[in-house]
Amino acid sequence: MLEIDRLSFSYARGTSSKAAGRHGALGPSCDVSAVSADSAVGNGRPLLLDQLNLSVASGELLAVLGPNGVGKSTLLKLIAGLLPCKQGRIGIDTTDLNALSRRERAQRIAYLPQMTEIASVTVFEAVLLGRLPHLGLQPSERDLAMVETMLCDLGLAPLSGRRVSRLSGGELQKVVIARALVQEPRLLLLDEPVNHLDLRNQIAVLRSIQALTRAHALITLVVLHDLNLALRFADRFLLLGPHAAVTTGCMEALASEAVGAAYGITVIRGEVGGLPVMVPVVSAAS
Amino acid sequence: MQGLAKDKESAVGNAGDAPPSPRRAYQRLLQQRLLLGLAMLAALALLLLIALGSGSYQLGPSAVAAALLAGPSPADQEQLVAAQVIWSLRLPRVITALLAGASLGLAGAVLQGLLRNRLASPFTLGISQGAALGATCAIVLFDAGALHAVGTEAMTLQAPMSVVGLALAGGLGAAALILMIGTLRGLTPEAVVLAGIALGAFASAATMIVQYFASDTQAAATLFWTFGDLGRAGWSELAWLAAALVAIGVWPLRAAWHYNALAWGDDLARGLGVSVARQRLIGTAAAAALAAITTAFLGVIGFIGLIAPHLIRLLIGGDQRFLLPFSALAGALILLAADTLARVLIAPVMLPVGAVTALLGAPLLLVLLLRQRR
Repeated sequence: MLEIDRLSFSYARGTSSKAAGRHGALGPSCDVSAVSADSAVGNGRPLLLDQLNLSVASGELLAVLGPNGVGKSTLLKLIAGLLPCKQGRIGIDTTDLNALSRRERAQRIAYLPQMTEIASVTVFEAVLLGRLPHLGLQPSERDLAMVETMLCDLGLAPLSGRRVSRLSGGELQKVVIARALVQEPRLLLLDEPVNHLDLRNQIAVLRSIQALTRAHALITLVVLHDLNLALRFADRFLLLGPHAAVTTGCMEALASEAVGAAYGITVIRGEVGGLPVMVPVVSAAS
Repeated sequence: MQGLAKDKESAVGNAGDAPPSPRRAYQRLLQQRLLLGLAMLAALALLLLIALGSGSYQLGPSAVAAALLAGPSPADQEQLVAAQVIWSLRLPRVITALLAGASLGLAGAVLQGLLRNRLASPFTLGISQGAALGATCAIVLFDAGALHAVGTEAMTLQAPMSVVGLALAGGLGAAALILMIGTLRGLTPEAVVLAGIALGAFASAATMIVQYFASDTQAAATLFWTFGDLGRAGWSELAWLAAALVAIGVWPLRAAWHYNALAWGDDLARGLGVSVARQRLIGTAAAAALAAITTAFLGVIGFIGLIAPHLIRLLIGGDQRFLLPFSALAGALILLAADTLARVLIAPVMLPVGAVTALLGAPLLLVLLLRQRR
């Protein structure tokens, strides 16, 4: 059970880290710090998130939705412990996150950032890295066995010896997810895991995330931009809008009004072939 | 024909039937890497024998081995010359090459890993030049060294502590600047290297200005920092180099797994529990210190720290547990080979090894720059 209690944060300097990390440079992505609500108000900066309360149960897949810049990535970084949580409380299974060391946190939480660099290693080595928080000096036979099992589960075994740089986008995403899973997390945080993937791979990746979430009773948070993928695969949603507006509920409750208000467009929710869909309305005037 | 085709098929089929499990394949890969390490050690031993034997007083491998076994002061009078040549002239020089090459190779590998920049090295980031500036200041401003007029070109440092200290200050200062520029401005790898080259040029110019105001003997003493040369080091300098390599080198080697995580980006490394800022600070400082101490005694030797990690990455990939120690080995191999070449190329003139490595390394840097663009 992930429990978020009265979590607030505002814009911090350097939130534009997305552009900086792109060239493999040492971007300022590290020093995005979420400022506590008090100082944020004092500085006149608007709150991105005001007193968020949320709890997600084991085996549940929560879609984090909302337009660019509302703080989806910041929320994930806060939960992952990459940013200090100053205002509010985040706990997993009754453990306060702030009470954990880096290593202890990494043993419980796997976090996939929006963009990663690609190291020049093989698929096996890339996945083995996920054991780092549990590692002694060297990987044990058990670590290696776990990596092997995960590679087989995700159908990556034939690629095991290949350099990661030679993989397709879909394969690479699976490798990164495999690494997150051998971390044996309770909590899986995925920041836009299906961007840059084709339709088939989007579905394949999300389906395996959904299956693994249920099989391992994980708590999974996925930032998604595609509302229809969210409708298909998520159990619940967290919709962040401008001015710290927050809506949450099960996918059936994702109303077109709330989505329209968050994104500032008109959306219609309907059904096609028995499947729920959400379609933006583009009027001539706008 | 049909039979052949069938054979081929069955062979392929057999291979497909029992592919090595991913785990076994990985363990085999590790064994291959260990073998490569052993092969490099063997090559180093061989090169050592050749380097000790070559020069204006030629010695065969067996004569070298005999002289080494007999010790610096053999009872046998006939072996006296060989002992003299090996023990007081060539052995210090050769061991210097090993230690300096290993230091520079390791420093380059650490910098490339931590900055995620394959063009990084003590030389391309201006760290070596900064250290040379520091050492020059120590000589000129504090009168810390003097050139031996007698015998070989050997130089004694009257105050090695102050030379090393100021060289360290210069190297660490340059590293700190690069780290600040890279972190604050989020520069691309090419831009970081450009900043490093600017920094190096600045340090070189400052070195020249300091030299301009030096006395003749001081100027002669400082000149050699512009071309790194292995001939100056005696046994006491060797002790410094060895101590530095062992004491500083363990830090990055211990953190190899964290470096592996860092290769995937800062955020991902943080998610895996790595304290990114701390690792980068400690590692960069260690690399800068290794390069600075080497420079303090031997002058600027470029490109070893750039080439060695590259070769190793081509051979074994990016696993830092192997990349770091093997880069040190490769650095030792390359520097020893380059120095031997520098000694025999136009014997009896001994070229400064820094000039040779620059001649060989500059084209390589060009190739890397061109490839990086794609």
